[in-house]
Amino acid sequence: MRAVVWISEDTWEACVDHARSLVPGDAEVTLLHVAPTDVEDLASHGGARLLGRHPPPPSGPPLRAIADEEAQALLGEALKRFGQSAHTVARRGKIEREVLDACAGADLLVLARDGEPRLGPKSLGPRTRFALDHAPCQVLLVWPEQPPGLDTIPLPPQLR
Amino acid sequence: MSEVVALVVLAACLAAAVARPRWAPDWGVAAGGAVLLVVVGILSSADARAALRQLGPTVGFLAALLVLADGCRRAGMFDALGAGMALGSRGRPGRLLAMVFLAAAGTTAVLSLDATVVLLTPIVFATAARLRTNARPHVYACSHLANSASLLLPVSNLTNLLAFRASGLSFARFGGLMALPWLVAIGIEWVVLRRSFAGDLGRSATRAPRALERPELPTFALAVVGLTLAGFVLSSLVGIAPVWVAAAGAVAMVVRERPAPKDVVSAAEPAFLVFVLGLGVVVRAASQHGLSTAVDGVLPHGTALPALLLVAVVSAAVANLLNNLPATLIILPVAAASGPGAVLAMLVGVNVGPNLTYVGSLATLLWRRIVHAHDQETDMGEFTRLGLLTVPASLLACTVALWLALQVV
Repeated sequence: MRAVVWISEDTWEACVDHARSLVPGDAEVTLLHVAPTDVEDLASHGGARLLGRHPPPPSGPPLRAIADEEAQALLGEALKRFGQSAHTVARRGKIEREVLDACAGADLLVLARDGEPRLGPKSLGPRTRFALDHAPCQVLLVWPEQPPGLDTIPLPPQLR
Repeated sequence: MSEVVALVVLAACLAAAVARPRWAPDWGVAAGGAVLLVVVGILSSADARAALRQLGPTVGFLAALLVLADGCRRAGMFDALGAGMALGSRGRPGRLLAMVFLAAAGTTAVLSLDATVVLLTPIVFATAARLRTNARPHVYACSHLANSASLLLPVSNLTNLLAFRASGLSFARFGGLMALPWLVAIGIEWVVLRRSFAGDLGRSATRAPRALERPELPTFALAVVGLTLAGFVLSSLVGIAPVWVAAAGAVAMVVRERPAPKDVVSAAEPAFLVFVLGLGVVVRAASQHGLSTAVDGVLPHGTALPALLLVAVVSAAVANLLNNLPATLIILPVAAASGPGAVLAMLVGVNVGPNLTYVGSLATLLWRRIVHAHDQETDMGEFTRLGLLTVPASLLACTVALWLALQVV
């Protein structure tokens, strides 16, 4: 069995913990992080939006280097928390597309809800929703914290 | 015939600025176009000189502000802001967004939108990455506030600088009238971004801000910026043009930080200054040959609320088509005829309007689509959705706030 565990900044601990307890021990596990290049692009090349301006490049390390360094550090921590052998993969690009790409040939994708902490469609952000809807394999969808109770579902209109 | 030639030269300037071809730099096209229009007699040399005399102090003002902002960067002000934001966030993305709002709104208002876009936004990205939280809401906030938080002061945006002289307002009165619209614009951004990224902002970051040392405050730079601001307010009382106050602030930063002379020159972006001067002359020619009449036909006159709203909407539309710098140059002479209220309503339009697209105008957007046809870099849909949520609401609410301020202040 091949499993891909999506490691993202805000929810990675839950994904790692559930992968450790629910994915069979003999599975080939990949811990995957994707850095969104669109945000990096907007942050580093914003000057291109200012008509006629040609500002010098920002000082300090390029944002890509910071993003790469943090991605590697995060994957390192995730591997340590996982405590078993696994591959680590750092990708760059459009997040949801890269995740799906990495799932090619995999049997399972482990990902976490990244939206609001109550039951319902808003518990998934747009990128996670896309990955869930288009995953070419089985999916293990986990809550980043304790799952919220049934009382977080809004009452049907006639009972309000 | 003169009309057509003037408009073609104007279009060439804008095309060069948007497409940035190596063989035809925008500043060269603008300067060459201005000279051409004078040589062929479409613009008299007296009118060209008058346009340059009018723009000269504004361009000098801009150069001083760019050098001042660069001095603040050298003094470590933006690194200190990054460290301060990280510390103040206490590891919570929601609090980080509040810090980003304070930093971006303050930087934009005092050091202009260029400083927020070029100097602050990369720091915000790095801060979010180091805190190990999703940088998207924070970078989007910077990007939006660079435009919408640039309403406050004449120095917050080049469009304001251009309009400031034409409005005839004092520095303090300009700020007084725009304070309420500025707060309203920031408030709308806050509500929309908080709601749109509620999921990302609701949880605590996975890393406590452990490795964060207390930032060293760049006291000299902060004092210079503070004194410069105070100088702006006082200058109109004692009858000194604010450009001299900005120049004094820039000189103070240069003397203190001692950058190489070539770095001072490049910080002032001489190519951009030439572009603004050239574009100003070209727009003057186009205005004399029909453009002004056309704008005059579209733009309402007077300072009643419906007229101000329409001025803001038309200005936002032109800024979205062409970019806000040419939009300001084109609309300003017509708006100025209706008084300072109309000029400020135009600024609401040209400053808030460009948030509809992530590149500032449809012209730039179209060009990017042509060049990067298969480019998936920017999540256009999401950025445009945020723009649609904030821009129409801000245009309406900020103009109403401006109208109220005009009744009271």
